[in-house]
Amino acid sequence: MNMLETATNFLSNHPLTLAVIKILIVFAVLAGIVAYLVYMERKVLAFMQARLGPMRVGPWGLLQPIADGLKLLLKEDIIPAGADKFVFLLAPAISVMAAFTVFAVIPFAGNFYVTDINIGLLFILGVSSLGIYGIILGGWSSNSHYPLLGALRSTAQLVSYEVAAGMALVGVLLISNSLSMVEIVNRQQELGVWNVFLQPVAFVIYVIAAVAETNRNPFDLPEAESELTAGFHTEYSGFRFALYFMAEYTNMVLVSCIAVTLFLGGWLRPFGSLKLMAGGLDLLEFVPVFAFLGAAAFVLWLGLKSLVQLERYFFMALAAAIVFLAALVAVPPVAHALQGIFWFGVKVLAFLYAFIWYRATFPRYRYDQLMNVGWRWMIPLALTNLIVTAVVVWWKGPHLWSLLPAGLAVTGLVGYWLSLRSPATQASHN
Amino acid sequence: MLLTYFAFGILSVIALASGVMVITRRNAVHSVIWLIVALFAVGGVYLLQQAEFLFAVQIILYVGGIMVLFLFVVMLVNIDVALKQAQFSRQWLLGVLTAALLAVLLAYVVYNHGQGLNLPAQPLVSMRQGNTQAIGQALYQNYMLPVEIASLLLLVAMVGAVIMAKRKFE
Repeated sequence: MNMLETATNFLSNHPLTLAVIKILIVFAVLAGIVAYLVYMERKVLAFMQARLGPMRVGPWGLLQPIADGLKLLLKEDIIPAGADKFVFLLAPAISVMAAFTVFAVIPFAGNFYVTDINIGLLFILGVSSLGIYGIILGGWSSNSHYPLLGALRSTAQLVSYEVAAGMALVGVLLISNSLSMVEIVNRQQELGVWNVFLQPVAFVIYVIAAVAETNRNPFDLPEAESELTAGFHTEYSGFRFALYFMAEYTNMVLVSCIAVTLFLGGWLRPFGSLKLMAGGLDLLEFVPVFAFLGAAAFVLWLGLKSLVQLERYFFMALAAAIVFLAALVAVPPVAHALQGIFWFGVKVLAFLYAFIWYRATFPRYRYDQLMNVGWRWMIPLALTNLIVTAVVVWWKGPHLWSLLPAGLAVTGLVGYWLSLRSPATQASHN
Repeated sequence: MLLTYFAFGILSVIALASGVMVITRRNAVHSVIWLIVALFAVGGVYLLQQAEFLFAVQIILYVGGIMVLFLFVVMLVNIDVALKQAQFSRQWLLGVLTAALLAVLLAYVVYNHGQGLNLPAQPLVSMRQGNTQAIGQALYQNYMLPVEIASLLLLVAMVGAVIMAKRKFE
């Protein structure tokens, strides 16, 4: 008994205990989100193409991710005969580790983050750039042509777009005066405006670069199936393939989180200064309740439409569970505590939806087009935006609103000049 | 304090051991991987000295940037052919001499000046402010001109490289 007491005392006082608990929560929730992101992607793509998507496993295919995971776990793990075995085994782990580690400094809400370090943004840039080793080493160690080509393409693409993304982020740094992620959000609250309105050009550049860095359409040349079979992970099977898959989707969530934190005010509510007071409570804090009730109504409608008896019961139970959650969130202290997480989640979800939307919309770039966009457009425009921001911050000090017209006007002019000089325009003139 | 020494010991053993691995591997890609490990360990030592900005730059520039380009180039070498070719190790005598000279220099600094290894017990800049701001101020206010000259030099080198590469292709 005494030993147990000392053990609990030690644990509750140790600074690592809380951190470990938070890490476990983030890891578990993230793994779940990633699994269901795949489901969401398949469903959304299907609806955009007038199909139904996964419908067989569970009601509306809801158990599909679990079935997929089990299948990948049970599959034979094949290692090619000529492969560099150690590197081959190591590579997927690097990808996943890099992707998950970065979440340690993402502030999900003002009251929930694993840690806040004073070089937060640099840490993110550094660790997320390690993920490339998973791709490049995996492609090389497979000792096969398609993976090697995929890895080479991926490296060139990531190195090119990292420059533009990094320069877009420096613009935000100039405004927020800090590298800490929490500070960057707090600064947006102080200014009363999200960075996207002060740095519209940087935002667009970062979003494009983010799509390229996650190897998603229209920049998915490293795994272009019509040219390279499956790109860098052609030789991978079973759970190692699943690790790559997980890393890719985790990276999608990651870049969405970074974009939301830096440009869209992180956990801040839209119209944060607006308050609808009633009985000492801010009514706008109860938006999550209505969101949950709406979701419950949708699930109930799905259930009533279903022809299978079992599915009906399932959806009704699900709707009841969501209504229960809504009731829980309606308790004022809970509503207050969950504000940040709710808005952060909504914004990230919007980003993830856009990622899927791009995939359904854009055709893949050709390789020279990809490089042109990166080097001839994104990097000069990012540089222009950086210079404009620096000049305005130095000249105007705290009156940063002039950044919006100045940034748009100057980058627009530079963009026009670039378009005059681009080989395509010159060819059409001749 | 003990933990700091312990961490320093582990990191330096990793750095030295992986440094040895870099020069003893026959496969160039393995060499690069061990070099990455060595750079990581050195980054850890920076962090131990509370130089978090230096640590971040080490990871972003060396591990995340330069080593990727190393791998990119090395991957294009046909390993099977390269393994059969003679290694570039004929200048080992020169190498040993240079290493010995460096060792003497380091030993001189450590033992004669005394200050060399007397690492300050307290970080030079307060933890609350962090050394990112301090480095920024030093580089862009106190030493503005040298920094600009150095960056101009790098720019010239870069332009020169582009021109040389262009001439080769035309």
